[in-house]
Amino acid sequence: MSCGHVLWPDGVPSCIVNGQTVLSCEGPLALPNIRTIMSESSPVSRQRVRGVPVILLLVAFIIALPLFVLLAELLTPQVDFWQQIISTTLPRMIGNTLLLMGGVAALAGTLGIGLAWLVTMYAFPLRRIFERALLLPLAIPSFVMGFVFMATFDFAGPVQTFWRETFGRGAYFPDIRSGGGAIIVLSLVLYPYVYLLARAAFREQGARTIEAARVMGVSRIGAFFRVALPMARPNLAAGISLAMMEAMTDFGTVRFFNFHTLSEGIVRTWEGRMDRAAASELAALLLLFAILVISLERWLRRGASYSQTGGGAEFVIHRHKLAGWKKWLATGICSAVLGVAFILPVTQLVGWLFAEINETALGSWTTVYWQYVGNTAGLAGISAVVAVTAAVLMVFAARRFTSPWARRLVRLSTLGYAMPGAVVAAGVLLTLSPIDHAINDALGGNVGLILTGSLVGLVYAYTVRFMSVSYSSIESSAEKIKPSLEQAARLMGASSWRILLRIRLPLIINGLAAGLMLVFVDVMKELPATLLLRPFGMDTLAIWTYMLAAESFWQAAAVPALTIVAVGLIPVALLMRLGR
Amino acid sequence: MRKLFLAASAALGVVLLSGAAVMAQDTPQVVNVYSSRHYGAMEDAFVRFTEETGIEVRLSSGSAQSILERLRAEGSQTVADVYFTIDAGGLDLAASEGLLQPIESEILTEAIPADLRDPDNLWFAVSQRMRTIMYNPETVDPSELSTYAALADEEWAGRLCLRPGTHIYTISLIGSLIANLGAEEAERVVAGWVANQPQYIDSDTRILETIAAGGCDVGLTNHYYLARLLDTDPEFPVRAFWANQGEGETGVFRNVGGVGLTAAAINRDNAIRLIEWMATDGQAADLTGVPGGNYEFPTAVDAPVNEIIAGFGEFTIDPLPLTEYGELQIQAVELIERVGYGS
Repeated sequence: MSCGHVLWPDGVPSCIVNGQTVLSCEGPLALPNIRTIMSESSPVSRQRVRGVPVILLLVAFIIALPLFVLLAELLTPQVDFWQQIISTTLPRMIGNTLLLMGGVAALAGTLGIGLAWLVTMYAFPLRRIFERALLLPLAIPSFVMGFVFMATFDFAGPVQTFWRETFGRGAYFPDIRSGGGAIIVLSLVLYPYVYLLARAAFREQGARTIEAARVMGVSRIGAFFRVALPMARPNLAAGISLAMMEAMTDFGTVRFFNFHTLSEGIVRTWEGRMDRAAASELAALLLLFAILVISLERWLRRGASYSQTGGGAEFVIHRHKLAGWKKWLATGICSAVLGVAFILPVTQLVGWLFAEINETALGSWTTVYWQYVGNTAGLAGISAVVAVTAAVLMVFAARRFTSPWARRLVRLSTLGYAMPGAVVAAGVLLTLSPIDHAINDALGGNVGLILTGSLVGLVYAYTVRFMSVSYSSIESSAEKIKPSLEQAARLMGASSWRILLRIRLPLIINGLAAGLMLVFVDVMKELPATLLLRPFGMDTLAIWTYMLAAESFWQAAAVPALTIVAVGLIPVALLMRLGR
Repeated sequence: MRKLFLAASAALGVVLLSGAAVMAQDTPQVVNVYSSRHYGAMEDAFVRFTEETGIEVRLSSGSAQSILERLRAEGSQTVADVYFTIDAGGLDLAASEGLLQPIESEILTEAIPADLRDPDNLWFAVSQRMRTIMYNPETVDPSELSTYAALADEEWAGRLCLRPGTHIYTISLIGSLIANLGAEEAERVVAGWVANQPQYIDSDTRILETIAAGGCDVGLTNHYYLARLLDTDPEFPVRAFWANQGEGETGVFRNVGGVGLTAAAINRDNAIRLIEWMATDGQAADLTGVPGGNYEFPTAVDAPVNEIIAGFGEFTIDPLPLTEYGELQIQAVELIERVGYGS
């Protein structure tokens, strides 16, 4: 999760998506794929430098390299492997992946748009609380939600047990361990992305646009479908495609629900068939898939420039007051969503946590616990620093250049948000392994796997995967630095380093903090790349949770899972504060 | 706002430093273990080993397949000293690929019978687990049960709970079917299971709980998962049935947890000490860990058997040599994909 504008509630930041101004938005945006790339309409004038910035080129090269190495792998396919899976599992994996993405788009889209419309346009009891609280599910990693749902709603779980006790043994209950179950769980975790963007769009349109439509004789519902939705299209497309990409990249949830997708298939081929080469080729195929989705997203957001009557940060929305049963229905809908997507899983986890503490001697897991916490914090911290440092270099390099190349390089190096962790892991390993072996050959033997056997490979993978998160954080705050300030410093003879340290960094301190925090939390939740690349003994909280949950040790899994959720709540809480 | 962010950054810094500190610490006497057991309880056994010997056990866990794949990829560069897996196929593959080195130890050869260790002493089994038929006594009479293959019969349509084909337990069991029935017949059997539209549940514990709740009548799980549930609830309404016990039948399918010394082991002496401990003192029935504490059958000749699993009754074990499991597994994975088992 990323929030490009989380730190800039003041002023009216423009969301510039893929170089086009979408909508100015009050409130924050949680979007790794919204890159606030310089546009002609940017109020900040800058030096126009032609040519290709060297630092940008270097960073982009390093970050994009694993993806290219992976694609090159397709040039020498393992014919046997492809023949076998094309006739057996591949069609199903592709079908399931499409089904999952489509299902999540529909369900998360409906939830996100519907709730955003409700809290923006209507007044009902507890509305102000729901407006913020509906973001809470963002703090729960999808695989945690997955195992809590599995334990709660499957045949042996408490809900179905109660169901049978009430309605008899033969009473129908849908099979949760299925594609449908995975779609529901992922949608409950991912709808806040859509909600956040839709809410920003609806607020921006404001009541005036809707009132204008109503004056023309359009009903409130009609105004929603004929005016509000079409006008919000770019934002909605951004939110929904983000949810789709998260669904495509998911590994843990689909594994728990026994729903075989491409992303899960990579891990299955890598570990189950013990065939790294074949897994890499499958990863390359999924990479092509991801590129297709990104293109689709861009197309959906085409011509994304709309202007509204009025607008601005102080714009007041006159909410329609719901009366009678309608207002309670609205409250009920919001409570139901929040209850199922946040209160239920957290309550269940807390219950398990206490049971675990009661049943086991604390001493047996506290040492292990702190070891995992240390591993996770160390890994996430290092990755956050690396990703943010790279982002700072890129942002300030990109600022000086207006050539289309600069923009392309930035796009290239922030592609990772659409890449499943397993794909990135395969690419990083293919890139680093030859270097490792070359080092060993050169030094004549046993120096060990310096890159792939250490944290380097894993941190590299995280950086590729979460570059867009740190980039958008830094970018949005760097936008605020007036070039005149830097020019003045330069005139007074300050060196580039001095300008960076004394002017730029202090001015973007908030962006730095946001970038660090967001990458930290994303790394903490990451599962597939960690699973495939972690060096000896570097098990993280996410890995620990996953392994215990996979063996149905729900109680024990609640300990690391709740830790992840608690840390994940920090950025969400900030998002909620700023969501006013 | 700014204060909040400064506080957040400061907190992050502290966390970062503590993380680095945890990673930087070093102890002199260690042994690094790649383990595919992550039963939580396992760690207690290692804690006891550390208490007795002062050697710290560092674990890196993963699925049976992933630790083998990792060992293979790292080759001579691996940091692992001990390879500890819950699958004979993995032990066999690691041995045949030169990833392990032999241990000449009288302690080991005396403790572990010849059929439970590698002929060249490349690995040693330390626990035995039987994958067998579990049933709900309310809906199934044990006389209806016989073999794994018989679960392909039509009468079990909609009544089975099985583990998906991604899991090593399923893969190795299907491997044994291939060995005992031949590839063609094994494929017919597995296709029969699939035709019975089983519920695929990726957790043996959950399979048993689903049987108990009436979600299915029969399942295949490892024996100790039932023992574990019976230990917390002696009335747990599921029974174990030892499969393939009839006249001329092969016996119940056995897999083992086993350990080997990696070819590149740096802490060789400590590793051998750990392996010897696991084959002797570590076999105690009361110990939390292998094998008694995990309700597995010991491999050491004179080790006691846990009471709960002794209550499951006498049985004969499929004599399929453990050294054949590796090759069978590769065939099993392909069969699973061909038949479309588990999805």
